[in-house]
Amino acid sequence: MSLLKEPDLGTPGRKGEPTVEVEIDGVGVAVPEGTSVMRAAALAGVDVPKLCATDSLEPFGSCRLCLVEVDGVKGTPASCTTPVRPGMTVRTQTPKLAKLRRGVMELYISDHPLDCLTCSANGDCELQDMAGVTGLRDVRYGVGEGEHHLDAPTDTSNPYFDFDASKCIACSRCVRACNEVQGTFALTISGRGFDSHVSPGQDQPFMDSECVSCGACVQACPTATLQEKSVVDLGMPNRTVLTTCAYCGVGCSFKAELRGDEVVRMVPYKDGGANEGHSCVKGRFAFGYASHPDRQLNPMVRDTIADEWREVSWEEAISTVATRMRDIQERHGTGAIGGITSSRCTDEEVYVVQKMVRAAFGNNNVDTCARVCHSPTGYGLKQTFGTSAGTQDFKSVAESDVIMVIGANPTDAHPVFASRMKRRLREGAKLIVIDPRRIDLVRSPHVEAQHHLTLAPGTNVAIVNALAHVVVTEGLVAEDFVADRCEDFDEWREFIARPENSPEALAEVTGVPAAEVRAAARLYAAGPNSAIYYGLGVTEHSQGSTMVMGMANLAMATGNVGRDGVGVNPLRGQNNVQGSCDMGSFPHELPGYRHVADENVRDIYEKLWGTPILPEPGLRIPNMFDAAIDGSFRALFVQGEDIAQSDPNTQHVHKALESLELVVVQDLFLNETAKFAHVFLPGTSFLEKDGTFINAERRINRVRPVMRPKTGKHEWEIVCEIAQAMGYPMTYENTSQIMDEIALTTPTFSGVSFELLDRVGSVQWPCNENAPLGTPIMHEETFVRGKGRFMPTVYVPTKERSTRKFPLILTTGRILSQYNVGAQTRRTANVAWHPEDVLEIHPHDAEVRGITEGAMVSLASRVGQTSLRAKLSDRMPVGVVYTTFHHPVTGANVVTTEHSDWATNCPEYKVTAVQVGLLSVTAPTEERAERAPVPVAGN
Amino acid sequence: MSTLPPHVRLANEIADQVRHLDPDEAAAFIANHLRSFWERRMLHALLTHVDAGGADLDPLAAAAAARLRQPA
Ligand code: SF4
Ligand code: SF4
Ligand code: SF4
Ligand code: FES
Repeated sequence: MSLLKEPDLGTPGRKGEPTVEVEIDGVGVAVPEGTSVMRAAALAGVDVPKLCATDSLEPFGSCRLCLVEVDGVKGTPASCTTPVRPGMTVRTQTPKLAKLRRGVMELYISDHPLDCLTCSANGDCELQDMAGVTGLRDVRYGVGEGEHHLDAPTDTSNPYFDFDASKCIACSRCVRACNEVQGTFALTISGRGFDSHVSPGQDQPFMDSECVSCGACVQACPTATLQEKSVVDLGMPNRTVLTTCAYCGVGCSFKAELRGDEVVRMVPYKDGGANEGHSCVKGRFAFGYASHPDRQLNPMVRDTIADEWREVSWEEAISTVATRMRDIQERHGTGAIGGITSSRCTDEEVYVVQKMVRAAFGNNNVDTCARVCHSPTGYGLKQTFGTSAGTQDFKSVAESDVIMVIGANPTDAHPVFASRMKRRLREGAKLIVIDPRRIDLVRSPHVEAQHHLTLAPGTNVAIVNALAHVVVTEGLVAEDFVADRCEDFDEWREFIARPENSPEALAEVTGVPAAEVRAAARLYAAGPNSAIYYGLGVTEHSQGSTMVMGMANLAMATGNVGRDGVGVNPLRGQNNVQGSCDMGSFPHELPGYRHVADENVRDIYEKLWGTPILPEPGLRIPNMFDAAIDGSFRALFVQGEDIAQSDPNTQHVHKALESLELVVVQDLFLNETAKFAHVFLPGTSFLEKDGTFINAERRINRVRPVMRPKTGKHEWEIVCEIAQAMGYPMTYENTSQIMDEIALTTPTFSGVSFELLDRVGSVQWPCNENAPLGTPIMHEETFVRGKGRFMPTVYVPTKERSTRKFPLILTTGRILSQYNVGAQTRRTANVAWHPEDVLEIHPHDAEVRGITEGAMVSLASRVGQTSLRAKLSDRMPVGVVYTTFHHPVTGANVVTTEHSDWATNCPEYKVTAVQVGLLSVTAPTEERAERAPVPVAGN
Repeated sequence: MSTLPPHVRLANEIADQVRHLDPDEAAAFIANHLRSFWERRMLHALLTHVDAGGADLDPLAAAAAARLRQPA
């Protein structure tokens, strides 16, 4: 499509029925109470001139350009700040108003450089537009005489956007965007009138301020003052493709704005269901990896991993995979091969991989990288609620009164959702944080947690039991809800009320004072709307699945399921964790979470696919590694996951990969896993993909290609061709046919098609005849499994404990500007924020080891050792250290162990006993410097 | 590093979670879990381990293994 300009109605919409009728320039319109005259006018098709108003922000009333006349009212009120009243008659175009507006514009222009023709925003500048709209023809005050802004310097410190203060009209839209939309409060506007000026922090450069580079201010700015560097360099884009961010599970919708085939910028889409016009630094700016020179574009093969890679044709690569896979099966049996799907690929790409494994490989040895993140969510929510899905849409948080965040760090890992959450918290909702680490949310501008339960790593279940104990023993149970909607409650009540589950009894284990736990439990139970949001700090534990059930119990016991503002919500890591799980990526489940042992379900696929499906579960990823080492598993197809870096206990993984006869890697880059590969199949970036991603709120979003695959083939085509070459017919003309097959075979997707998504934007599954436009909130009338089931959750301490030799506990996480193993973000200018992984250590733990800020330290567990730089921080309690896992040089997983969730084998990343020692107080070793990624400017 | 073979270690980890149950119930739970989630060669390895004396295997897991030999 040509460049999509979304309408701007000037001020935000108001909730409620359109009951207030007004007349604007003779046109009648009805709007909800509280709507501004400006918005009502826009809805009536009348555009009122404006500069300081935009519909993503509350009105401010500073520019005085939007003045109107209202019958019976003296003066000329600003339409953006004047709410409608019933029967109002408004005039927006009169000679008096025209004169006033011209006067306003004249003042603005007198202090603005007149370089429109060479300005980067030429054609996309509201000031320029308004000069036209108001009919400004001459400027009496003498252009440039203002002299207040014209010689202001340009701040180019941010890698993605410039701040050219000479063009600033002091409308304050940027300041309000940072406050209201993003919630970071990084900008200030000081002075009055011509003297007023905007600056980050205390007149600092952007990069030295609190700014997190979300881009909200850039988007809000009506002039070229805040402008993407890429627009300055490449010029204004001329066409738009609507698509979805490929980074995190928030699933933000974006307008990819292009000139020809080149992406000039990514602008968050106002109609995007997940983000409603907001974004974070990754989706907004860090897309340059897609055209990074490191990308491998041709297929390659080699006989052994000691050989050099040889570029080959697609035909040769595909036939090599097929022949070697079949040969291995002939020698070692059908079960000797398998595949891993990726949460970064589309639903359609994942679906064909699991189909290839089940139908062409003839086994169920398919697993997904979600194994290492949210598999316990699948188990826990299925046991209690009946399906593996977050209960709410993101919007729902706006109705929450109490928000409990457990083992998640949304401001870093799910930033756009965090902005919604912070907005609600600023409005007065209460916050409970359960995390060993003082995450930013605990104390940020205008947000302060009522309770921060700093539990010892590995004691989640103890805490959730203690909270539930208080609910049950203090008479806080929602008895009606429980009686109507749930089962097995009495047994659970008896269990949880036992003295060993009391906060007092568990305080020694968790390290959290009983009074604090009691207060938090009372707050959560009082609600009235209490919501739980959780992340990998819940799942990546030996009792990850138990903890998921524990949270579900707590929500059910207090009646916090099945309506707006409540629920139990996993914050999914990668963009398509939900989708890849939905698509049947687990070895025991066909698409839609249906067990392979279920004959009726197998029957659906056997008929359609024309081949029998094994009724027994296949190997999980860790089982594949074990079986590789014992010799019974010989070949692995890996779709877009860097298991050699992201999976725990690196040495063990490397040994497993080395023992395989054939490793096929499909990826953008020659990643760590590719070092063990025999065939490399170059993959496509999200800018080339055509399909769908499903975000953490079950929202099915379209991913649309902005260019043809740089590799010449779509990933799904490659997979189909491998299956064909192995003798199993598998063809589709396009990805919309794959979605049609998904819809045909999966009851929760039966209403989904590309046609529907193109028409309505996005839908949240279940989407079927009962819910043709999807289901924002689940379990409203009944639970998916009928009754919600209470599950006793006995706390069993992890086997991983600190010892004399390894006295500290390491926990891991991620930060805002980087993404997982960093393959993409490390290839963008985002490295400006996170050039290397660091080890956060409490000053006390550092001091006793002689460690100072910035020193190189060794980090050792009983399985391995690595080195990285220390950062002294009191965010962690004494005895706990923390690092991220974005850089292969650090290899944080060198030290993580084989412990895993008992039910799903999701690795216990969050608890590893370690020792930290001082290596040197100086700069990184040469090897580190040499291997450091090179930032790409402007990307 | 745990020196137990993976099937023993993993079965013991499941057993740890159900120790509070009545032993029969616990064994039934484990057996059901293994049937639902374990691949054939892991089940086989577990049974072979039991046949070889079941060293280091949690008794609850051993009882579950016995149930696996019966039809579901
Ligand atoms: S980029 Fe985002 S965080 Fe930074 S100043 Fe602008 S709105 Fe605030
Ligand atoms: S930088 Fe842009 S948005 Fe901010 S006050 Fe200046 S003109 Fe307005
Ligand atoms: S990384 Fe997540 S929050 Fe950021 S733009 Fe992408 S989907 Fe949105
Ligand atoms: S748009 Fe109303 S005062 Fe600026």
